[in-house]
Amino acid sequence: MLRLVSSASKPTSVGILTKVVAPSCSSLAGRRSFASTSARQADITLTVDGKEVTVPQGSALIQACEAAGATIPRFCYHDRLAIAGNCRMCLVEVERSPKPVASCAMPAMPGAKVFTNTPLVHEAREGVMEFLLANHPLDCPICDQGGECDLQDQSMRYGADRTRFHEITGKRAVENKDLGPLVKTSMNRCIQCTRCVRFANEVAGVEELGTTGRGNDMQIGMYVEKTMDSELSGNVVDLCPVGALTSKPYAFHARPWELKHTDSIDVMDAVGSNIRVDSRGVQVMRIQPRPNDDVNEEWISDKTRYAHDGLRFQRLTNPLIKQGDRFVAASWEDALSAIASGLAKSGAQGDEIQAVAGHLADTEAMVALKDMINRLGSDNLTLDSVGGHAAPVHAVDVRSNYLFNSTIPGVEQADAILLVGSNPRHEAAVLNSRIRKSWLHTSLEVGLIGERVDTAYGYDYLGADAKAVADFVAGKGPFAEKFKAAKKPLIIIGSALAEHPDGAAVYNALAKFVEKNKSTLLTPEWNGFSVLQRATYEVGFVSSRKASSVKPKFIYLLNADEVDPKSIPRDAFVVYQGHHGDLGAQLADVCLPASAYTEKSTTWVNTEGRSQLGRAAVPPPGASREDWKIIRALSEVVNTPLPYDDVLSLRDRMWEISPTLVRYDTVESTSVEVALAGLKTLAAATASAKVSGTPFVKPINNFYQTDPISRASVTMAQCTRAFVKGENYGFSELSSASEAAYA
Amino acid sequence: MFATRLPKHLPRPHLACRKISSTTSKRSDALFVHRDTPYNNPKVPFEFNAENLKRAQEIISHYPPQYKKAATIPLLDLGQRQNKGWTSISVMNYVAKLLEMPPMRVYEVATFYTMFNREPIGENFVQVCTTTPCMLRGSYDILDTVCAHLGGVKPGETTKNGKFTVIEVECQGACSNAPMMVVNDDFYEDLTPATTKKVLDAFAKGEKPKPGPQSGRHTSENSAGLTALTSKPYGPGEFCTPEFR
Ligand code: SF4
Ligand code: FES
Ligand code: FES
Repeated sequence: MLRLVSSASKPTSVGILTKVVAPSCSSLAGRRSFASTSARQADITLTVDGKEVTVPQGSALIQACEAAGATIPRFCYHDRLAIAGNCRMCLVEVERSPKPVASCAMPAMPGAKVFTNTPLVHEAREGVMEFLLANHPLDCPICDQGGECDLQDQSMRYGADRTRFHEITGKRAVENKDLGPLVKTSMNRCIQCTRCVRFANEVAGVEELGTTGRGNDMQIGMYVEKTMDSELSGNVVDLCPVGALTSKPYAFHARPWELKHTDSIDVMDAVGSNIRVDSRGVQVMRIQPRPNDDVNEEWISDKTRYAHDGLRFQRLTNPLIKQGDRFVAASWEDALSAIASGLAKSGAQGDEIQAVAGHLADTEAMVALKDMINRLGSDNLTLDSVGGHAAPVHAVDVRSNYLFNSTIPGVEQADAILLVGSNPRHEAAVLNSRIRKSWLHTSLEVGLIGERVDTAYGYDYLGADAKAVADFVAGKGPFAEKFKAAKKPLIIIGSALAEHPDGAAVYNALAKFVEKNKSTLLTPEWNGFSVLQRATYEVGFVSSRKASSVKPKFIYLLNADEVDPKSIPRDAFVVYQGHHGDLGAQLADVCLPASAYTEKSTTWVNTEGRSQLGRAAVPPPGASREDWKIIRALSEVVNTPLPYDDVLSLRDRMWEISPTLVRYDTVESTSVEVALAGLKTLAAATASAKVSGTPFVKPINNFYQTDPISRASVTMAQCTRAFVKGENYGFSELSSASEAAYA
Repeated sequence: MFATRLPKHLPRPHLACRKISSTTSKRSDALFVHRDTPYNNPKVPFEFNAENLKRAQEIISHYPPQYKKAATIPLLDLGQRQNKGWTSISVMNYVAKLLEMPPMRVYEVATFYTMFNREPIGENFVQVCTTTPCMLRGSYDILDTVCAHLGGVKPGETTKNGKFTVIEVECQGACSNAPMMVVNDDFYEDLTPATTKKVLDAFAKGEKPKPGPQSGRHTSENSAGLTALTSKPYGPGEFCTPEFR
């Protein structure tokens, strides 16, 4: 029934029989059974409700019906999960078939005549609905799914108006499971569609969720007591067609019809997941994924989904000026003139004026800040990461040197992937699920150089340091051979590698490797050199070598909260612009309150170089303003007015810098010649790099807290306690207390 | 399925005389979640003994290496036998480790099949069939006899001395010799209350009575004597022309 495939192997769990039974060399490869779909064949034509439709061969009947514009009710079918066919809600009538057929589990056949709207179909679906409702509690008024529940909606159409079940013993009762601080369960409501199980096993790689028992007693759970430790767990809340799995942090907070939906872009990682921000009044109530096959499919990570409560705490709402050892609230005017006089008093000239841009800085603000700093005569632009003050090893002149060139959907085409110093599971959780998908369904081979991590798929471990890279490049080891033989090999370089002391050497080795193997790694259709970056180099926010060595006297921190306090000279005048009172604000002499990603309509560039436009869902709190406007206002006060007065002219300026910044939602690929030239310069620039041999470490230790928003979030703190530290997170008591209060 | 038509066909029910039709809810006697107990928790060690390990390897070798998990059921059975007739969480975890599969996949199997006992049982496991054919031949009398004879236990319970566990089961496929019960691995068929007691007494003494029909008939032959196929079946070559002999 379920097309479940064997587990992601943890390198440690080797059964004692491996040696005896399976040939030891292929213990991993042997454990994966893959069901690959045959190459797409001809299209077929069939008739649905008298309408002819043409669909690719191998589509399910339900897809053909959709294509013909007939809506088929469903619970278990989901187009991104394996087919289970266990809810029977999708019954349709097919000519010459004696019984109604489940359209999701039936392949479309050429010439079939399908009817989706006959009395037989209606009666059949009503019957199914009656059985589902027989054991479903009638608790819609206190159910969080109310208003967006598939069962509720479909029972409006197919439900009987009265019940025939009068079981005095009551309905089936199932105990609730404790899946952790994110997913709340109410298992009485479960209709056993197994969507959550299929998601957890296929997509998220949590192979601990399953079904126990059978028949009326079947239940969803982990059998033993366990939390659902996955960075994608929140998606089961969306998948659950009923209210069995709901969101714990959002429990009893709002009804779907009270919410305003705003389509936007996520900034918690460099994937740029498409999200829908649901807000009520001035508060963001929740964040939902928005399907985009080119980026996040239909999933988002838990940080994306749940960190938004951090937007309510620790916010900077007023301009602040430091007097003595405390901050005093001030007006915008005072704050801006304080900066102007601070700049004058610090005596900073030229490159002594430094700007630091953090991970959450938007493109508009970075462009404005860069322009202002340049106009002040400085070239000292720094990124807020380890070693961010120096020019990055891969330089920024050629885009393909620092972008995720294969593109995110392209990952699925790769037949061999080498991960260097990266844990995509934490750096780009949604991207990782694509690798897992491909690993499950194709013969993809993955190799890893760096710290050992649980990636949710099996990999060949090649080593931890630059030496392993050198061996790989030299073609030593079985994985290097497999990589050579691959048709579409892919190298994914982790975001932290450029910051590593051996970064330059590794980039050098890999660039040369790509050049040498350009017949497979660099073709017009395929660029297998991909960098999982966190910072945007797209606007050229980098310093020249000369400028970076100057000791700054005036520092402008734009959303920079990872800075090392020691790197800031004592006597420098520091301005912090951002939305949270995190590390950066503590270092500042003047704090300017800016807006967070849900409060501004700005451009975000993801790791592929794809620009996407976010939209403001709620107004910024207090006196805070949009980032670029603050910089524009400040430029006036420091007597170097920027030439743009509205966001459109600012975007014209962005177009001048790089047209890709305003070509939304597309990825512009670099031509082979340019990419090659880029790699050549990269190799030449890093030719003298020395290898120190320190092992690469994973860039993210705590997935749940990586930026000021998630650090301020209560939910993320609970996740940290539950999943990272493994403590009893104590959320259950809390939520049951509030439930009691509502009862 | 005809819910929508219901109102048309039925007279409006008077509230006072509405018939409530109800089936008793049959819940499984076992829980479908694991609870740690002193006798059943993941810390209790379990490993196949040398002999069973050899058998396990033999079983696993029947399947292609990437489908080792096909051996889940036989291995669980092996584990259950070694573990005094019940499948503890440690047995499941061990099987999962041996077959390199996620433990949950093993739990799914072990909870699906009722023949895996997930709670300890007595020395002798008595399963009385009460499905229709056996029921028609008086299996409830047999069940009552068993329960009463073992000192008033109820189905699902173990006797105080830990010698017997009694449960009610569905058809065991021996209907032609109904009523029947299974003790450990053997079928005792054509039971009457008297023969049932005899069988149980023998087990209580540590003996093993002869399995099969307790009425004295041979397998499931007609108990009133053969009515067909009474002549000697002819063997190979008989009635053939000489050249085929
Ligand atoms: S919990 Fe929800 S998604 Fe999972 S099987 Fe039950 S109804 Fe389906
Ligand atoms: S949607 Fe087809 S059986 Fe569930
Ligand atoms: S009904 Fe009892 S064995 Fe078949």
